[in-house]
Amino acid sequence: MANATTIVQDHEAKLIEELGFEDHFHEHEHGDKFKSNFITKYVFSQDHKIIARQFLITGMIWALIGAGMSIIFRLQLGFPEESLSWLRPLLGKWIEINPDSGIGTLAPEFYYALVTMHGTIIVFFVLTAGLSGTFSNLLIPLQLGARDMASPLLNMFSYWFFFLASVVMFYSLFLSTGPFSGGWVAYPPLSALPQASDGSGTGMTLWILSLVFFVMSVGLGGINYITTILNLRTKGMSMWRMPLTIWAFFLTAILALLSFPVLVSGFLLLMFDRGMGTSFYLSEIFIGGQALDHVGGSPILYQHLFWFLGHPEVYIIILPAMGLTSEVLAVHCRKPIFGYKAMVFSILAIGFLSFIVWAHHMFMAGVNPFISNFFVIFTLIIAVPSAVKVFNWITTIYKSNLRYNAASMFAVGFVSMFISGGLTGIFLGNSAIDIQMHDTYFVVAHFHIVMGVAAFFGMFAGVYHWYPKMFGRYMNDTMGKLHFWGTLIGAYAIFWPMHYLGMAGVPRRYYRFDNFDTFSHFSEMNQFITIAAIITFGFQVLMFINFFYSIWKGKKVTSKNPWGATTIEWTTPIVPGHGNWPGKIPSVQRWAYDYGKNGEEFISQIEPMREGETEEH
Amino acid sequence: MSTGLIIIGCLILIVIIVVQIGKVTDLAAKIRGEKEVQYETNRRGGSFMLLFLAGFLVLIFWSAWHYKNWMLGYGPHHGASAHGDELDSMFNVTLFFTGIVFVVTHIALFWFAYKYRGRKGVIATFIPHDNKLEIIWTALPAIVMCFLVIRGLVAWNAVMADTAEGEEFMEIEATGQQYQWLLRYPGPDGKLGARNFRLIKPGENPLGQDWMDDKNMDDQMPTDIVLPVNKKVRVRITAMDVLHSFFLPHFRVKMDAVPGMPTYFVFTPTKTTEEYRQELKKYPEYQQPTDPNDPASEPLWKTFEYELACAELCGKGHFSMRKLVRIVSEEEYGKWIKEQQPFYLSNVRGKDFDPRKDELLDVEIRQRKQDFDSSVDKALSAAKPEEKIIRLDHVYFETGSAKLSDLSKYELDNLVAVLNKYPKMTVEVAGHTDNVGDAAANLSLSQTRAKSVYDYLTGKGIAGTRLTARGYGQSKPVDTNDTEEGKAKNRRTEFQILTQ
Repeated sequence: MANATTIVQDHEAKLIEELGFEDHFHEHEHGDKFKSNFITKYVFSQDHKIIARQFLITGMIWALIGAGMSIIFRLQLGFPEESLSWLRPLLGKWIEINPDSGIGTLAPEFYYALVTMHGTIIVFFVLTAGLSGTFSNLLIPLQLGARDMASPLLNMFSYWFFFLASVVMFYSLFLSTGPFSGGWVAYPPLSALPQASDGSGTGMTLWILSLVFFVMSVGLGGINYITTILNLRTKGMSMWRMPLTIWAFFLTAILALLSFPVLVSGFLLLMFDRGMGTSFYLSEIFIGGQALDHVGGSPILYQHLFWFLGHPEVYIIILPAMGLTSEVLAVHCRKPIFGYKAMVFSILAIGFLSFIVWAHHMFMAGVNPFISNFFVIFTLIIAVPSAVKVFNWITTIYKSNLRYNAASMFAVGFVSMFISGGLTGIFLGNSAIDIQMHDTYFVVAHFHIVMGVAAFFGMFAGVYHWYPKMFGRYMNDTMGKLHFWGTLIGAYAIFWPMHYLGMAGVPRRYYRFDNFDTFSHFSEMNQFITIAAIITFGFQVLMFINFFYSIWKGKKVTSKNPWGATTIEWTTPIVPGHGNWPGKIPSVQRWAYDYGKNGEEFISQIEPMREGETEEH
Repeated sequence: MSTGLIIIGCLILIVIIVVQIGKVTDLAAKIRGEKEVQYETNRRGGSFMLLFLAGFLVLIFWSAWHYKNWMLGYGPHHGASAHGDELDSMFNVTLFFTGIVFVVTHIALFWFAYKYRGRKGVIATFIPHDNKLEIIWTALPAIVMCFLVIRGLVAWNAVMADTAEGEEFMEIEATGQQYQWLLRYPGPDGKLGARNFRLIKPGENPLGQDWMDDKNMDDQMPTDIVLPVNKKVRVRITAMDVLHSFFLPHFRVKMDAVPGMPTYFVFTPTKTTEEYRQELKKYPEYQQPTDPNDPASEPLWKTFEYELACAELCGKGHFSMRKLVRIVSEEEYGKWIKEQQPFYLSNVRGKDFDPRKDELLDVEIRQRKQDFDSSVDKALSAAKPEEKIIRLDHVYFETGSAKLSDLSKYELDNLVAVLNKYPKMTVEVAGHTDNVGDAAANLSLSQTRAKSVYDYLTGKGIAGTRLTARGYGQSKPVDTNDTEEGKAKNRRTEFQILTQ
């Protein structure tokens, strides 16, 4: 065995030496900042691989905080009568103790703060920064054959702006008036007026500040990703030879760059309304016993600006997960991804359409019903490229030789989640059905499955698959598989019943349901969901333990290409140093998915075309 | 505390066990040969996938069946409005198509994952693409989508259409405020009056109604929404402070309430509350007692009520914005609406903050005429002369003068009408004062005041021969002059029917 591995590695080294591209990179080691002290190597690092790990670990910590918050508010929803006084050491005054009975209840304003922070944290900090930030950074240079990002300095800033955003948001959790509590969408007037909600005071100011820093992070990262993909591909790496991961990151970065600035402009106007007496979003408001001076603004304008980002944002989240799934699935199926070009065109179509569907979040917001006609049409058109992708993933498994491990299982799980959550989108995208379903638990079920759980599945697949590249060790696969089954079953147990709640008309963002006869019949179901959430959270802690345990104690990777993958990140040393390849950069000779071709299990991208062989895709 | 420690201890133990199991399997794999172990893993993983598929499908169908009588479009839960059934049916048509796709793709996904698990000596088949297949599965969803979109948009545009010119409908208004709904009915004129948010004053004018707008005079603010069945309703939806959303789950009605921009929803309730209860009654889920601990409590169906909820996050009390909705027969509605007092008349009229306190409303003029005529009728049929005296309650003079106030003419016009109706009637107009000031001056003032009335009446064409005007000064008090109240009663103008 060892012999065979050595032979393969010698062969690869020869190929790189013969066909690779000499950029004289390693002749400039004197000015090499990357080989300096601990701080510049691990903290203020400009190496894309370190930055990727920084994004991942920060994202994981946020994921634990964000998911932990959901457990606390799920306790309220599942067990509204139980005492939560045991949470007082953690939450302090937000647990209100009844002096007579001694029962501690979660303060409603803090319940809403938890819901708001859960959404903000998971959407932006975990599934945008933690997912796209991690894998764009790690894979773009490695899979394209680049020494690093186009601008390592901006790349470093990208992470540190994210870090700054994190610090500000984290600090806001400890304000005496509480963090922002007006929902992650932050609709004015609620978000504009401190009289309307305590969290809309300093909490909201910090929330906006944090997200502006975050958008700067996304912007700096995005510019880098796009530039690197367009300019730093190695010799032979044409666009049509890029792995689907790169296509996904590419479109993600474009979407982010086009849509996030619109969000900032929306926030800017909101700041003006809050602090400078303008009336962009405010009109004819009577609150706190007095009529405000603002007239002529429209809260709907904010919703347009928000969702002009907000909708592309869900694709910013899901496209990288799709890319990771495609790649992981192909590698472990030992079979090319089915319909590579159709996959690319689907990504392009989804990316384009994502910009003209935003008002489907606003069917019931009071916009002209006629306008909704267009948004219904465009929204449901998105189902077509999405369906194509699903069929292609399933067909990829057809007649494959699927290698079971945590990565490939999460990729299969992603497809299941994407189907389940995507199909409910067809209900909600149809405005007539949305009249009833809008802002009910049906929506909660839909988006949690399709862009929450599914994105996490893509991310897990990526983490388990590329962990050896990041740390030179494997994550423990038994624990990984346990994590998979626990999460798959757990996530369905949490979110599937929510469809029924939504069909019964139960609105989301309710602190308790017993004020209404209509909504009060489901306490058993709510308890079930809460218990499922706690158990599923336990499995994520297991993954956390596995992750950090394996960094130091995991099984060591012994060969450069442990998965038998075709893409060129597996031609770097087991733990790639600065510049990724020790000598020349490999040149690319073929597309990324030659698995099982002509009886060979896989053919690396650096392998020249055999005589008489044609590139088929 | 100790239970907490035990739980933490158990959790740590579980983690250690799992980590150890992980380590052991890694070791075992090394000993047995990693390839062999991988095939074993594939076989086991594939079987689990199949098992999961089977369990998943069974649980999905079981749970859907279990909850069916709570869900829209199933059991008793059909939309209680004219458009509700169309939406329910669209939901279920969509469910039908997506259900098929869901089951088929899931079976394919997990079956393939099982069937094509990595096996020894097998190399995957190289299938990079298949244009024919791809065209088919692009076209198929496109066609289904077309069908759903067309049906959806036809329904959407019909449901969301505003009321047309000349259409028969009633309009009510709902205003969201942290954390309650304020309701407004248009009153007998059928029209909601104008509002201005700067006029809002809690307690005095909760909606900021402009009392100078006559349409506001009869607007009512009931505590519940009560609507007649089968009558088209246009709900005007507004918000006072932040966004709210007007959500009637049973009627499939939802629309955001936006400050500064009134929205609307038009719907027709088709089932009375009682009819809906009768529907619910047929299902065992609703025969359960309302209080699970008390089997003798009312069954669920009996206490059922339609409800109005808020469906847009509006602050910490968002979950409590409930209003009762009752759908009743036309007849019952008529009875109920008659009991609803106009807000202006019951809460504003005559108060210091009433901007129209110096003028009479049509309704008041009508009311006073009615009261006046009935007291005249009573006097006409009375026998004793002192019973033929009628006090002119609404005739006022400016202080210390004999000049009639503007509002006095309504009462005097009523008198003119009576005198015209009974051409033979003669009357004496009498002025009285209280005992404040000089008696002689009071006498002369009462005389000139009686004369003012006399002049007004003759000015309206009543022959002077039918009238006498007399001032009595303070000589004929009807109450004590020791209290302010008594004095007010003694200051009066009256007339006595002399002949009829």
